[in-house]
Amino acid sequence: MTTVNARGSIQRRLMISLLAGAALLAVALFFIVQSLARQLAEESQDNILLASATSILDASAVRQGELVLDLPYSAFSMLGNLSDDRVFYAVRFGGDFITGYSDLEDVPGIGDARFATRDFLGEPVRVVALSRLLSISGRPATLTVIIAQTRNGQRETLERISSIAAAIGLGFFLAAAGLAALAARSAIRPLERLAVSVGRRGPQDLRPVAAPVPSEMVTLVAALNRFMERLKVSLARSEDFIAEAAHRVRTPLATVRTQADVTLRRVDKEENRAALREMIRAIDESSRAAGQLLDHAMVTFRSDNLEHSALDVGHLAAEMVDRLQPLAELRDIELHLTADDGAMISGDTILIQNALRNLLDNAIKFSPAEDTVSVTVTAQNGEVHLTVRDNGKGFPPEGRDRLTRRFARGSNAEGIVGSGLGLTIAHEVALAHGGRVDIANNSKGPGACVTLSFPSA
Amino acid sequence: MRHALISLCLMASPTLAFEIEEQVLFGPQDSETVLRVISTADIDLFAPVILGYLDQTPGAAVDYVAVSSGELMKAIRDEGAGFDVAISSAMDLQTKLANDGFAVAHSSAATDDLPDWARWRDHVFAFTQEPASIVLSRAAFDGLKMPQTRQDLITLMRQHPDRFANRVATYDLRLSGLGYLFATQDARTSETYWRLTEVMGSLNARLFCCSSDMIDGVASGDLAVAYNVLGSYARSRPDADQFEILLPTDFTTVMMRSVLIPRTTRDADLAGEFVDHVLQSAWADSPPEDATFTIAGEVRNAEAESLRRIRLGPGLLVFLDAFKKRQFLQAWEDAILQKP
Ligand SMILES: Nc1ncnc2c1ncn2[C@@H]1O[C@H](COP(=O)(O)OP(=O)(O)OP(=O)(O)O)[C@@H](O)[C@H]1O
Ligand SMILES: [Mg+2]
Repeated sequence: MTTVNARGSIQRRLMISLLAGAALLAVALFFIVQSLARQLAEESQDNILLASATSILDASAVRQGELVLDLPYSAFSMLGNLSDDRVFYAVRFGGDFITGYSDLEDVPGIGDARFATRDFLGEPVRVVALSRLLSISGRPATLTVIIAQTRNGQRETLERISSIAAAIGLGFFLAAAGLAALAARSAIRPLERLAVSVGRRGPQDLRPVAAPVPSEMVTLVAALNRFMERLKVSLARSEDFIAEAAHRVRTPLATVRTQADVTLRRVDKEENRAALREMIRAIDESSRAAGQLLDHAMVTFRSDNLEHSALDVGHLAAEMVDRLQPLAELRDIELHLTADDGAMISGDTILIQNALRNLLDNAIKFSPAEDTVSVTVTAQNGEVHLTVRDNGKGFPPEGRDRLTRRFARGSNAEGIVGSGLGLTIAHEVALAHGGRVDIANNSKGPGACVTLSFPSA
Repeated sequence: MRHALISLCLMASPTLAFEIEEQVLFGPQDSETVLRVISTADIDLFAPVILGYLDQTPGAAVDYVAVSSGELMKAIRDEGAGFDVAISSAMDLQTKLANDGFAVAHSSAATDDLPDWARWRDHVFAFTQEPASIVLSRAAFDGLKMPQTRQDLITLMRQHPDRFANRVATYDLRLSGLGYLFATQDARTSETYWRLTEVMGSLNARLFCCSSDMIDGVASGDLAVAYNVLGSYARSRPDADQFEILLPTDFTTVMMRSVLIPRTTRDADLAGEFVDHVLQSAWADSPPEDATFTIAGEVRNAEAESLRRIRLGPGLLVFLDAFKKRQFLQAWEDAILQKP
């Protein structure tokens, strides 16, 4: 297994940036609402203070050289409408204090209405001073009304609105967090889907990804598809090359083998004969290897585009047993077949024949002469089992799993012609059909027992 | 005395500049915790409330000082006299004390239960509703239809000047804070007040400092009409059948007696408990039959539409303004002191 260097998570990063954005917005929302509320509260207090001062100024006049001032009841009662705040006032005329709270200072500045915030009698107050020019005994004099109000009501309003704003901000954040989680999840979903579909593929499946993907992933998937295509082409090329090479080697080898046989018959000298026999053996080995390589390449190729036709494994086994009868007879070995009726599977006849031939070949090759090899075909539990048994020495105990690998041969194969591809072919054929191969020894008595299993059709 | 528990002692306190009308110490003489209450309510009328408080708080004593509303203001505001609780019928002066920072805030379960109109700023708490009534002598109105409104009264007085001359009475606004409060609120509500005052002036109205003196006069037959007196005082008299207590249907000004904790208190918690007790006994759903100071009081049976409850709040400061007061009193004197 190769390890993947994992660092960070797209989903988490997406989530964090969305949450950070939401938090920022929520805080901004809180402060905006709060500052708007403060502005509004201040404005409304200023407005009502101004209205109060105006009503007092409006109720004052100079009559017969004397200031007449009739404090309207509404001037102060309106201040009590919004809140239970304390109210202070002072009226000054041309520099003289007329009535009210003498400590309440004028608000410096220009303009008729002047506002200030300051402390009075130990509490912060909002003050408005409103002036008007009157004329008394032919001389202008300024009448100033100063009204102050504490700010508890405003503070309470603000606190109330602040807590509402905080609740809104929090609610906004929570909603945004939920949406962020959904968004992050859905953004990552196509990627997960691709990963799952690629991960689920069999080792031979090099088809391009055809399912639609979001535009951001097109480059990645296109690159993946190109990569797989290249891989397929290069695999196919090397298989082709091997098949071609094997084919090219086999034909001249057959010629050489015939020549060697003819020569062997003519030669009498024992050491020359031994050399020739050695040569013939090497030729057999090479030719066997070339044949198996060719077969293997064929298996690989056909597995890629597996043909699915309904086939009866019993018939197939009978045919194959017939075909190998001559080979068995060379060693006086008897081939036995027992087959269930209707052991049907869906697959490629040539491939399954090839697999079975290799198993039978092994059984004949690795059993002693004048022995029996039995082939059984059974159908049970939705599977078709094709078993080849012999009474030979069986598989060596060590490295049995390894034997399905290419060119792997057992310790018992010494002196026996072979290239170590037979079980590989059987294994790959089984896999291509969604089945498996079990390599074992007979539980009762000596001998090997190899079973090919396929799902029933 | 009426109550055995009361240890009464009338004291003269020459050191204090404000004028004490009566002073009683309720509870044990040697108590460590003495709650000092300054109040405009008559001791007899207020005693049940204090006794109820002492029942709840064993060991405590209440030093009750009865004064006029003006003197109460003087004591708290100008002299900083050490009182724990101030009770007054002068809503305007109570409001002014709170507004000018002479009261401390108090909040409790009892104050939280009050409706908005019965409190101001967690400082001033109302515990009665007392309408300004017109007390009419039955004898004086013999053969006449009893008036229902101020206008009725004006008409009757104009038609029978001989019957009413020198026999109509009202507060002397220059002496009585409560009278001034009623008068200013009346004037604010309707012009009729000024016409009534002028008619009373033309009948050579007699001016009094206090409700009880006026009621005495009506009961004895000396007076025919007493305008703007407290019905609660009249109703509790044994000779109440001599007169009729009229709540005028054009409008009736309703005053609320209120309580606050002066900032001179030495024990704000104790004062708070007393305030809570006053409020609870006044606001009880079913107060005892004989209780004088309840929030419903006479208002319970009166026609609600004509009742004008004086609103606690800064509006009350307007008529306390020296300038404004001078003007108002000037106008009032012009109306009431005119010679026929
Ligand atoms: N029936 C059997 N009995 C004992 N050993 C077996 C049997 N079949 C296979 N083997 C062992 O498994 C090894 C691998 O078998 P495989 O068929 O792949 O190779 P091979 O027969 O040696 O060569 P090839 O079949 O390619 O000519 C053999 O070399 C042998 O050691
Ligand atoms: Mg083999």
